[in-house]
Amino acid sequence: MIWADVFTVVLVTAGALFFFAGWVGLMRFPDSLSRLHALSKADNLGLGLVVVGLLAQASWPYGVLKLIALWLLVILVGGATGQMLAGALHAAGPTPEPDRRGDAARDAGGTR
Amino acid sequence: MLPDPRLADLPLVVALLALALWLIATRHDRSAIIGFTAYGLIVAIVWVRLGALDVALTEAALGGIMGLLLLMAAARLGDAPDGPPPTWPLRVLVGLLCGAVTAGLAVLVLTLPEPAPNLVAAVAEQQSATALKNPVAAVLVAFRAVDTLLESAVLALAVIGLWSVGADAAWGERPRALDSDAPDPALVLLARLLPPVGLVVGVHLFWTGADHPGGPFQAGALLAAMVALVWLARLGAPPPVRSRLTRVGLMLGPLVFLLIGLAGVVAADAYLAYPEALTKPLILLIEAAKTLSVAVALALLVAGPPALPRARP
Repeated sequence: MIWADVFTVVLVTAGALFFFAGWVGLMRFPDSLSRLHALSKADNLGLGLVVVGLLAQASWPYGVLKLIALWLLVILVGGATGQMLAGALHAAGPTPEPDRRGDAARDAGGTR
Repeated sequence: MLPDPRLADLPLVVALLALALWLIATRHDRSAIIGFTAYGLIVAIVWVRLGALDVALTEAALGGIMGLLLLMAAARLGDAPDGPPPTWPLRVLVGLLCGAVTAGLAVLVLTLPEPAPNLVAAVAEQQSATALKNPVAAVLVAFRAVDTLLESAVLALAVIGLWSVGADAAWGERPRALDSDAPDPALVLLARLLPPVGLVVGVHLFWTGADHPGGPFQAGALLAAMVALVWLARLGAPPPVRSRLTRVGLMLGPLVFLLIGLAGVVAADAYLAYPEALTKPLILLIEAAKTLSVAVALALLVAGPPALPRARP
């Protein structure tokens, strides 16, 4: 039983790290398409790791199947809304964001 | 030693307070609405942590639809022009009034009797009479049936109010607020894949509501969201407001509730009382009709007032 718990803790922590990275990307990336990219990575991989981690704790069969269904639904909805946002951004054309870009470039240089 | 498990809720509380402050401080309608929707989702998680799953489901389902309605209203109204800043006496007055409301609420919360009066024991004692295992459902449809009846009538009134702001010439036409010229292909794909799942989950929420968290409002909100998704992707269109079927669907819930309630005067011994042998089937009938009417009402609220077709350039 203890191995199942270790498995859960490791994978959920890894998932949380992906969410944190996604949040940092959302805050710091220079343009909207990159921010969208960071967000969808966090959603798909982060949630995927959390779900796989929780599978070790879920009851068979309904708990496990519900978790997997939840993951698939989030991937479907996240993918579709990501495409829609990207399509809207593409249609609106490139927007210069000089102040944010300057900030991000300076921070990226400074924090690494 | 493990730390106090309540510490796990600390991030939730911080996020809630920070988002609430930001909501008040932000100057843009759209950001405020998106923030408000996110706030509703965090509140739903708080309800889960408090063990109130029925409330959490309602908050999440209805909060999402509310967010959509507010966004559409904001898009229609546009950004309000900045007027002259309020004068100092006005600011002081507003500050004092807000402070007074906050202080009043604080005093009320801090002077609540200990233990707080509640009816949990009374509900638990009488619950077996309703043949429902979910105490929330028992309260809603049996013990406080009048409130629930009025609630379902209010939604129908809201739709009538929305329809009455349409232009005179457009009366009888169909709502067109969700119409777009070319829906995104990703949206169309989503509107093909998601509704079957949403339909099953919605009916499950209704059916399980008797014994577990769930019920007509949550189920109706989910079904309405699926219908609105189909309308948004233009895979279907809202029915014209002159459609008799739509109007029957809208009124069926309150009507069935009212008729069974009136029949209770004769068959049982009071208005809105159920005869003992038929309690469960009657409650099921009322809840099914209400699920349908809530779904129809919320979908129609999202669809907007009746409008004339847009002139093609």
